[in-house]
Amino acid sequence: MTTSTALPPAPASPGPRPKKQVPHNVKTSRRAAWIFAPSLLVSFLFVYVFIGITVYISLSNWKIGTSPDLSLRQPFGGTYAEIVKEQRFQADIRNVVIFTVIFLVLAILGGLIAALFIHHVSIGKGLFRTVFLLPYALSFIVTGVAWRWIFSPSTGVNEILRSMGIENPPGWTTDPTVLGALNDPSGTDFLKVQFGIPVALLPIIFAAAWQLVGFAMAMYLAGLASIPEEHLEAASVDGANIWQRLRHIVLPQLWPSTITCFVLLLHVALKIFDLVVAMSGSGPGFVTDVPGIYIYNYLTSRYDKASAMAIILLLLTLAVIVPYLIRGYRKERKA
Amino acid sequence: MAVETLEATPALPARTSRRRPGKPAPKPRSWSLPRSPGGWIVLAACAIATLGMLVPVYVIITTALSGSTGAPNFFLAFPDAPSLDAFKGAWTKLHGSLANSLQITVPAALISCLLGSINGYILSKFPFRGSNALFTVLLVGMFIPFQAVIIPVFQFLNMLHLQGSIIGLIVVHIIYGIPITTLIFRNYYEGIPSAIIEAASIDGAGIWKTYARVMLPLSVPGFVVAGIFQCTNIWNDFLFGFILASPAAWPATVTLNNLIGTTTVDYSELMAGAVLVAAPTVLLYLVLGRFFVSGLTAGAVK
Repeated sequence: MTTSTALPPAPASPGPRPKKQVPHNVKTSRRAAWIFAPSLLVSFLFVYVFIGITVYISLSNWKIGTSPDLSLRQPFGGTYAEIVKEQRFQADIRNVVIFTVIFLVLAILGGLIAALFIHHVSIGKGLFRTVFLLPYALSFIVTGVAWRWIFSPSTGVNEILRSMGIENPPGWTTDPTVLGALNDPSGTDFLKVQFGIPVALLPIIFAAAWQLVGFAMAMYLAGLASIPEEHLEAASVDGANIWQRLRHIVLPQLWPSTITCFVLLLHVALKIFDLVVAMSGSGPGFVTDVPGIYIYNYLTSRYDKASAMAIILLLLTLAVIVPYLIRGYRKERKA
Repeated sequence: MAVETLEATPALPARTSRRRPGKPAPKPRSWSLPRSPGGWIVLAACAIATLGMLVPVYVIITTALSGSTGAPNFFLAFPDAPSLDAFKGAWTKLHGSLANSLQITVPAALISCLLGSINGYILSKFPFRGSNALFTVLLVGMFIPFQAVIIPVFQFLNMLHLQGSIIGLIVVHIIYGIPITTLIFRNYYEGIPSAIIEAASIDGAGIWKTYARVMLPLSVPGFVVAGIFQCTNIWNDFLFGFILASPAAWPATVTLNNLIGTTTVDYSELMAGAVLVAAPTVLLYLVLGRFFVSGLTAGAVK
């Protein structure tokens, strides 16, 4: 996959394998391996070797693109020590955490509820499904410009808020307010940002949830379709009401869909970049800055800082993805 | 070996009903109105939520139509005098990069699908020792944040004198597209009975001949699914285009983003541009939606 918009389909086990594999001799196996080798090699270079190079740059003194300075920075890892103390870095971590939590709740819960309703609707099923998944076909840039307009302070949703009697509605993406701040950053040397929910991030979260709620819905609809009708019938016969059936039969069987949604949407949230660029950029006081934008901004001035942030972002992503891939791999071996 | 072959054969016919990408299970169509109050509530909830989902779409289209009078003062207002003027302006600014996007998307999607189908064929029909583990190694490439490789990619393209060019973008999209197309095709080919391969090998066809004569003709649905997926991904890409392309090679997403400008935003032109950029993938989705969904959910819920 090539953008932060699109999600890969889940690599978990693809269902029952054919019982008997084609019997192969050693020669055929060797040829098969050779045919797969070029793709693997290219991926190895462009993924693993290039990540290695980025790690090295993050530890080096290479600051500007034109003159490669590959000497190691002293003390070791100094760039990392430098960036974690920055206000901008801390704002990025706060923003990505807040973004991820609210976005996941909205998209997964919204997708689950939409799927449960749409699955049981008698008419217009195809239309509802099509509309919910439609935003998924769009680029985050398109989504971003649309939602930027919807949340524009003078002509957007604020008009509705004003007509409801709210005199000073928020400035949305340009609003530096942090809701429910847990700390006062002025008192400490290390912490430089308020931890809470930045108002400016909310429109971006809504836009992302709008775009991806259909993805969660599609996953849940596929999950619902795979629940055997007999289980539900048997439960009805035993006198289970709709909530008991939901609680004890439907939700447990949707668990794999939930895991898939959780992992893939979390991975989108961590990497979010284009949507924020189109809606607000870094925002006042980095209130909507995210790691993706941080890296982009330093790509022309500080290779070391951009690389260090990229590696931190990569580690966050891998912490989610690797257990998931290993789980899929194990399952497949069992199958 | 002969015994195994014989055992494998009888299982063949019944298994063809297994769901595979591109062939969703036939669904019962019902157009009946709900019979209970609960049914009406569910229907009403779906209808309201669907209208809510369409608000941004409505906003994009009405604002784009506001043309000469400029963007309305309220985002939900319908323009007094709808016109297509904003589209003219947007087309002037975007047509070059729309052509770039097309030139990038078509070859990159085609080639990555072809490579993915070869890999998927090998991995599902000729698994070798360690092939599953190597596949997992390949899959990681699908999930990494591209920021983590962007500096080396930039330097690498520079070295090949492809920096900033359309060809450079094509190469990058092909390479980072291989894991996903391999995954889609592998899942798809798992649903094609291995006995077909055996029959071909008994007839003396090798790996490549079997691929060209047997597998490729059976792969059309797989190519549709993977092709839609890749076209959408590549067309909608922003990061690579933004960082790696020179202005002459900018894809449409980058040019659209640049329309936002620094001080004021001409929202009617911006929305008209958004319609132009969104149109191809939305059309693809509306026409071939079921393939789109099966690519998305392939193997997701087992």
